Amino acid sequence: MYSDKVMDHFMNPRNVGEIENADGIGEVGNPKCGDIMRIYLDVEDNIIKDVKFKTFGCGAAIASSSMATELIKGKTLEEAWRLTNKAVAEALGGLPAIKMHCSVLAEGAIHKAINDYRIKHGLEPWKDDKNYDDDHHDIGE
Amino acid sequence: MDSKRIVYMDHAATTYVKPEVLEAMLPYFTEQFGNPSSVYTLGRKSRSAIEEAREKVAKAIGALPEEIYFTGGGSEADNWAIKGAAFANRAKGNHIITSKIEHHAILNTCEFLEKQGFEVTYVSVDENGVIDLEELKNSITDKTILISIMFANNEIGTIQPIEEIGRIAKERGIIFHTDAVQAIGNVEINVKDMNIDMLSLAAHKFYGPKGVGALYVRKGIRIENLIHGGGQERKRRGGTENLPGIVGLGKAIELATADIEGHNARIRALRDRLLNGILEKIPYTKLNGHPEKRLPGNINVSFKFIEGEGLLLLLDQSGIYGSTGSACSSGSLDPSHVLLAIGLPHEIAHGSLRLSLGDKNTEEDVDYVLDVLPKIVQRLRDMSPLYENFIKGGR
Ligand SMILES: Cc1ncc(COP(=O)(O)O)c(C=O)c1O
Ligand SMILES: [Zn+2]
Repeated sequence: MYSDKVMDHFMNPRNVGEIENADGIGEVGNPKCGDIMRIYLDVEDNIIKDVKFKTFGCGAAIASSSMATELIKGKTLEEAWRLTNKAVAEALGGLPAIKMHCSVLAEGAIHKAINDYRIKHGLEPWKDDKNYDDDHHDIGE
Repeated sequence: MDSKRIVYMDHAATTYVKPEVLEAMLPYFTEQFGNPSSVYTLGRKSRSAIEEAREKVAKAIGALPEEIYFTGGGSEADNWAIKGAAFANRAKGNHIITSKIEHHAILNTCEFLEKQGFEVTYVSVDENGVIDLEELKNSITDKTILISIMFANNEIGTIQPIEEIGRIAKERGIIFHTDAVQAIGNVEINVKDMNIDMLSLAAHKFYGPKGVGALYVRKGIRIENLIHGGGQERKRRGGTENLPGIVGLGKAIELATADIEGHNARIRALRDRLLNGILEKIPYTKLNGHPEKRLPGNINVSFKFIEGEGLLLLLDQSGIYGSTGSACSSGSLDPSHVLLAIGLPHEIAHGSLRLSLGDKNTEEDVDYVLDVLPKIVQRLRDMSPLYENFIKGGR
């Protein structure tokens, strides 16, 4: 059911862990729907120097977390903000339709972590048009 | 990782076909292929093979051969029992009682009947998955025509007080159906002693072939036909019989019920070794289902802080096959209705693992799982934000 890329990122997830005193932390999802993702950012000069994640969720959720963190590492905050769940899914060689909702979490967690950083630095948070916590199931494809 | 070893522990999903069963079936694909309805010798031989299988099924559950009807599996038997009894007794009433933890073959059939004007009560279960008998009694009305309660649950393995339910139904003159798909070969069943009016079974859960099952209908119980067609199954189920399948079902049920006690003792010992090992080696783990009144091969546990699909994928990488009640693996949004019915919070239901042992499992299999599983659970916990919160004392 999963592509080889998904299985690779699930079996050997990149960037699992925490960052102590992270510049930005974002968490989305809730235990009820079965997926929770937390992202830690280390930001220097507007660039994501390091990123780590922890995810409670299915194979697709863990693989998406891994791929999303790979895709934003070394990028500016603006670039990271523009990462969509679609791009994450594409980079993974596609996800089964019913699993698209699991990849939305990564996008949401990154947005939250960036805004956490912005708020901590006295900056205006960027506006998000989606609510990733409630029923992320509807957001999918 | 050692990926050579294969440990199949999903016998509640389906079993392999025993060699003796396959052997019994084979001639009926090739030489002995005649249509059981044909009058010539070849057909008559097929007919007698079917009648022999019918006798074996009847004997296994304490019924009469003429009370056994072959079907295309457990789901068809369930559909037939529920719809057949509902439509045949519409003049008497429109109320059906079942439970919240039935298989979808029952639940979705009841939902369909609700759209047809029937009323259905879904009785609750306690935290061990046992039917609330008081609630069952209290939900009976003059309009109640059918009670359908499964013998043993496919997910958590809990065995229901079927005799008591049979007694209640009999006292009130209500038809009692039980889905015994998981129970055959694991529990002694006598439909007469237990006052069971209808019973569903499926061969592929007890080392027989897939796509063949049976419905027992007590003499005198009237149900409408489900499959209309030719005059097969004494005009009750149209369609040329699944001859090899039926022969396989007969052989399989004969083997499965020959020594239920011996089978149980062996499987239960293995199961308990595995279960105790899991509970000992893996902290924050909870057993789901009744501690004693459960199917001998069934283990259903929830590991806190992790999700079941990831667990299955990692187990698969180590050659271990099990299943989970997590939503993400089923494709639906909610975790298993059974785990929710016994009162598990969503996140605990998501972290469930069912291992169901069978005849070929060995102590080595158990030890292998006990070696692999704790590492996999820890690996997923180390990735889990819920576990991080817990370790840090909650946030
Ligand atoms: C309790 C129960 N009822 C019904 C069924 C359906 O049986 P079948 O798959 O043979 O249609 C199953 C099998 O999954 C089951 O476990
Ligand atoms: Zn998921």
